[in-house]
Amino acid sequence: MLSVSHLQKRYGDRVAVADASFEIPGGRTVGLLGPNGAGKTTTLAMISGLTAPDSGTVSFQGQSIQQDGRALRLRVGLVPQDLALYDELSAAANLELFGGLYGLTGQTLNGRINDALQLVGLADRRRDRVRSFSGGMKRRLNIAGALLHDPDLVLLDEPTVGVDPQSRNAIFENLEELKRRGKTLLYTTHYMEEAERLCDRIVIMDHGRVIADDTVTGLYNRLPASRAALLTLAGPPLTPAQLARVAAVAGISAAVVTEGGIRIDTDDFGAPLGRVCELLGAAGLRITAVSSGTTSLEEVFIALTGRALRDDPAPVPP
Amino acid sequence: MSYTAIRALVRTDIRLYLTDRRALIVGIVIPILIAAFFGYVFGGNGSAAELGRIPIAVDDEDQSNVSRAIVADLVKDPMLEVQALERAPATQLVRSGKVQAAAVVPKGFGDAAVRALFRSVDKPRVELLVDPSQTGTGRIVEGLFTQYGMQEITKEAFGGATGRAALAQGLDWVNRVSSVDQPDRAELKALLEAARNLSLRQTAAGSSAAPSLQRGLSIPYVLATTKVTSAQDVPYNGYAHSFAGMTVQFILFAGIDAGVLLLLTRDRGIWQRLRAAPLQKWQFLLARTFATTLISLFQFTVIYAVALTVFNVRISGSLAGLVALAVMFCVLNATFGLMLASVGRSAGATRGIAMMVTLLLVMIGGAWVPSFVFPKWLQQASLAAPTRWAVDGLDAVTWRGLGFEAALTPIIVLALSAAVCLAIAIWRFRWED
Repeated sequence: MLSVSHLQKRYGDRVAVADASFEIPGGRTVGLLGPNGAGKTTTLAMISGLTAPDSGTVSFQGQSIQQDGRALRLRVGLVPQDLALYDELSAAANLELFGGLYGLTGQTLNGRINDALQLVGLADRRRDRVRSFSGGMKRRLNIAGALLHDPDLVLLDEPTVGVDPQSRNAIFENLEELKRRGKTLLYTTHYMEEAERLCDRIVIMDHGRVIADDTVTGLYNRLPASRAALLTLAGPPLTPAQLARVAAVAGISAAVVTEGGIRIDTDDFGAPLGRVCELLGAAGLRITAVSSGTTSLEEVFIALTGRALRDDPAPVPP
Repeated sequence: MSYTAIRALVRTDIRLYLTDRRALIVGIVIPILIAAFFGYVFGGNGSAAELGRIPIAVDDEDQSNVSRAIVADLVKDPMLEVQALERAPATQLVRSGKVQAAAVVPKGFGDAAVRALFRSVDKPRVELLVDPSQTGTGRIVEGLFTQYGMQEITKEAFGGATGRAALAQGLDWVNRVSSVDQPDRAELKALLEAARNLSLRQTAAGSSAAPSLQRGLSIPYVLATTKVTSAQDVPYNGYAHSFAGMTVQFILFAGIDAGVLLLLTRDRGIWQRLRAAPLQKWQFLLARTFATTLISLFQFTVIYAVALTVFNVRISGSLAGLVALAVMFCVLNATFGLMLASVGRSAGATRGIAMMVTLLLVMIGGAWVPSFVFPKWLQQASLAAPTRWAVDGLDAVTWRGLGFEAALTPIIVLALSAAVCLAIAIWRFRWED
């Protein structure tokens, strides 16, 4: 189990991480989400030992990063957000370096390189220079570089940033394979659908603090309804009184006017939706189109972190 | 684990160097080209054909037998390239630097000079106009003019009409003046009469006269100059010094590149991956030192291989001294690069400052021109530059042909300098964020 307890980090006057605590059971995948500057990367840096926390502790399977840092580093693989590759060298030469840093040599190293390249689908590009790789291939090789020493915990900092959908899908498959192999993954991303697809649990940070730590289902339950219907209307504009009557229908969690129609949130599209249609028809409004779906993790994220832009840069270490 | 990680880092650095064509060209080809140029300018491999002539001008206003003969001698001299010009254009050419000196021989020079040989009065005045930036040229031309002047004037004095007239005037003067004592007067008269008789016989004999007298008086000795190199009959090779200097300079440039590359790496993901690995600061610094030392040694070896095979540079002194100097200088270079990466903040600023410091070090270290041409105070000051010791040490074990003991002090100075650089690097290197 990875245990992060009350981590704090400050750079000068700026607080990067105010208080971060969460746990990840072994073999599980956790998404660390948050707006820009929320403290995700700093938290990851403290877990990987790149940055010493001002206070708080990090331990993995009983070993503390502060006290057993060297031993723990052997069990942790880091996939940095910036590509950690030498463009001038071949894929194999890059991996030889990363394997060598963890003490791998000879046949063992060679075998691990073959396995890692096989996993990320680059076995046939072993001797090619990285400079000739596409962005997606570089991202996959970047992941391979963290796996050579067979770590139990893999920390991935936005591993799919800037890649095309095909490459992203390939990376998902790589990570799903790592899950199947029992690795513990901590994954930061801005892409909610990635977190939804891959993660057993989501930790959301904002302003340096953990504001949610739950399963995907648990996060959905924090919204008033799990489904939404968008009705496009023809006729006179909906009055506040009519809107209030719609919102008061049993089984409707919320009703809001949208451009050209109304959106209703509900857990049940059956009776409540029929009653809404009756009310709208009685008011002389005609439904011209209906669309429906479940609420998204992005809506949960926005609901928790707000809609304000976060343009502040992340704090820079001195 | 420690050894494996260090080996992986060293191997990667060497691979990066070998894949960088620019580094190979800048670090090996360019120093060879520049060393070849400087070596050629400073004497090449010893062949006389490589020496340049000194351009001078002569304005012979006299046009006497004596002055024409002196000009002819100057024209024949292998050190000079003589143009006959009048004073004004000759002065203009000196001013513009197209000729390095001009001699103006005044009207009446021949007669006056022959007369002044016997009576130290009314000496004619030859003007020598020199380019002040060519400090040695004036003395060379002055010496050659004196040599040829004495030769032609004495020739005329003892075999020409001007000489006989001067001797007659001298005899007349001895007979007339009363200030000379009687015994001295008799001796002086006898001397002048003997000279006149000799001149008359020379004239009568014509071309059958003794050759030594036909040529006039010449310098009564031969000055034999021996260039003291590693062994007798081994000529000085200007390339030996220039290759030493340029090797030192461009290996230092490679050290700067290594330091700047390390600074740039700090901003890349690779730095995070290095620091996330179970790698310690000392392992990283040791690996960088070792890698840069090996790369520098490769540069050194290739450059010197070209110097030995193409430019005929010889290791006439201690081979062990050369190897030890090379290793120690390359270690110094590696620690110099690490120090730059430790104290530098931005790559651009660090490169600029380091280039300036390096150029200063190689200049005062005698890498461009030998340090013995410096003013005395600069020669003393340059002893503080490790580059001076490196270049002097390489000179000692190559063309000077000295033993290991001559390389020992430079090796110690380089080792101490490397230790200082390494200490600063360890002190200031930021491994943690």
